[in-house]
Amino acid sequence: MSSSGDILNGNRFGPGLPPGSGLAVSGPRRDWLGAIASAGTLGIAPFLIFALLFLLLPTLGLVSGAFFDTHGHFTFANFGQLTQPTIVSAYLISIEVSAASALLGAAAGLIIALAIGRGGLPSWIRSTALTFSGVASNFAGIPLAFAFIATLGRLGLVTVLLRTYFDFNIYRYGFNLLSFWGLTITYLYFQIPLMVLIVMPAVDGLKREWSEAAETLGASTMQFWRYIGLPVLWPTILGTLALLFANAFGAIATAYALTGSSLNIVPILLYAQIRGDVLHNENLGAALALGMIVITGGANILYIVLRMRAERWLR
Amino acid sequence: MRRSRFLPWLVFILGAAYFLLPLIATFDFSLKLKRNVYSFAAYANVLGDPLFRQTFGYSALIAVCTIIVGAVLIVPAAYFVRLKFPALRPFVEFITLLPLVVPPIILVFGYIRMFGSSSWLPFTASRQGTNVLLTFGYVTLAMPYMYRAVDTGLRTIDVQTLTEAATIMGASTPRILLRVIFPNILVAVLSGAFLTFAIVIGEFVMASLLNRPAFGPYMQNVGANKAYEPAALAIIAFAVTWAAMGMIQLLARFAPKAASHDE
Repeated sequence: MSSSGDILNGNRFGPGLPPGSGLAVSGPRRDWLGAIASAGTLGIAPFLIFALLFLLLPTLGLVSGAFFDTHGHFTFANFGQLTQPTIVSAYLISIEVSAASALLGAAAGLIIALAIGRGGLPSWIRSTALTFSGVASNFAGIPLAFAFIATLGRLGLVTVLLRTYFDFNIYRYGFNLLSFWGLTITYLYFQIPLMVLIVMPAVDGLKREWSEAAETLGASTMQFWRYIGLPVLWPTILGTLALLFANAFGAIATAYALTGSSLNIVPILLYAQIRGDVLHNENLGAALALGMIVITGGANILYIVLRMRAERWLR
Repeated sequence: MRRSRFLPWLVFILGAAYFLLPLIATFDFSLKLKRNVYSFAAYANVLGDPLFRQTFGYSALIAVCTIIVGAVLIVPAAYFVRLKFPALRPFVEFITLLPLVVPPIILVFGYIRMFGSSSWLPFTASRQGTNVLLTFGYVTLAMPYMYRAVDTGLRTIDVQTLTEAATIMGASTPRILLRVIFPNILVAVLSGAFLTFAIVIGEFVMASLLNRPAFGPYMQNVGANKAYEPAALAIIAFAVTWAAMGMIQLLARFAPKAASHDE
């Protein structure tokens, strides 16, 4: 292995060539090699400084703000204020929408991945579905809200078709696009494709030999999935659930364009707080932000841990 | 054993319905600006709006700046991590994953507090400064995707051998990066670039909270005030996303599959 140590010693030519073989390392050349080593530091330093200035410090600065009152004294009072009803209900709705869209998205995504990966459908379906998933998982934000207003809004195509041809007014039966279910159905548009993209390699990793071996031993399809398929896929599924949860929890643009500020979820509350200090305490905003980081961070750590467990089977 | 293909087909058709219906409905809605007749009037209104052109142009320009700054920061970092500091690798990868943990709204909140007009680095004090800050914010958002793309590109070439060969021939480190490494991973950098473009062009929360005239806040504003134009905008935005992803697919065909310098 050629590590930085080798380079500093003048051996950049790997284990095959001992130092000084062929090319004598003379005095000025040695300086030049030192220059390369420092070039390495120079090459990586801007990235690290950038990450420090525009990723780590702003986040840490914001988080630390949660521990101070408006006069700059250390306090835990901001967290006590998080228990006021508006904030608690915002966290609850956010967690509900994120959990529902993650669970449904993961279930639907897994079923779709199994159908296109192992269902024996024509191969063009698989490639089309995967390409489309790449597009749809990135088609979030404001335009997605517009698309669902045109579909399930009061004048949306599906709403109107159901009312005209089936005499079924979904709004009369309690559906509202600007509510929990409306937001969840909209979020599924980017959650399902993300699940398909992440779980597809794991589904492909279920070796044909495994199902053949199980069949030879007399296992039914149900038994194969119960004892082999799902246990292998499980870490990937759970890990992706955590990722989908964090993905929905931090999203704001779609919800904001869909509901304005009528739906009280954490990112929208934080947005209003940054815009106009609606909570009348800037450091309470910081505490709100810290709560978000704890939740998305926890979900992502779970994702990384479970992902490492899942990769055992993909070798 | 022959399995029934009924269920897979049913799943596919239901999935296709869920994903295509909103697109059909949006397209249908976008054509209904004029009463009782299908027309492209909503598109004409959108494309004829000078604000549309200004904000789209602004976001496209910021996206290009983001890609350039991102590539200049990340290509050398990923190259030197591979070549000289393999021990730093988990640390650097962790940093590049952090923007997925910290939501954009929190990053921009942090920026506003840290780089305000009375701070030691008052980015938000001037318009130019805020543009730079927005670009840096987007570089941070794009970091997970850009780093992964570049690192995948570096994996397919033999960085060690290429560097040694170029060094023996007397090339300096910047020259190696620019003339040897970069052209070899151009396809990977470009696919990262298109993904970055797709993310940046419609981004809302950072641009909105930094008060920049970007495409995302413009779309939000149209959505709050018009009926049919938002549908037209959604179709345009979908087409842009599709074009960016299509370019990545196209580029993937030109990407080398494995290192071809081992022999």
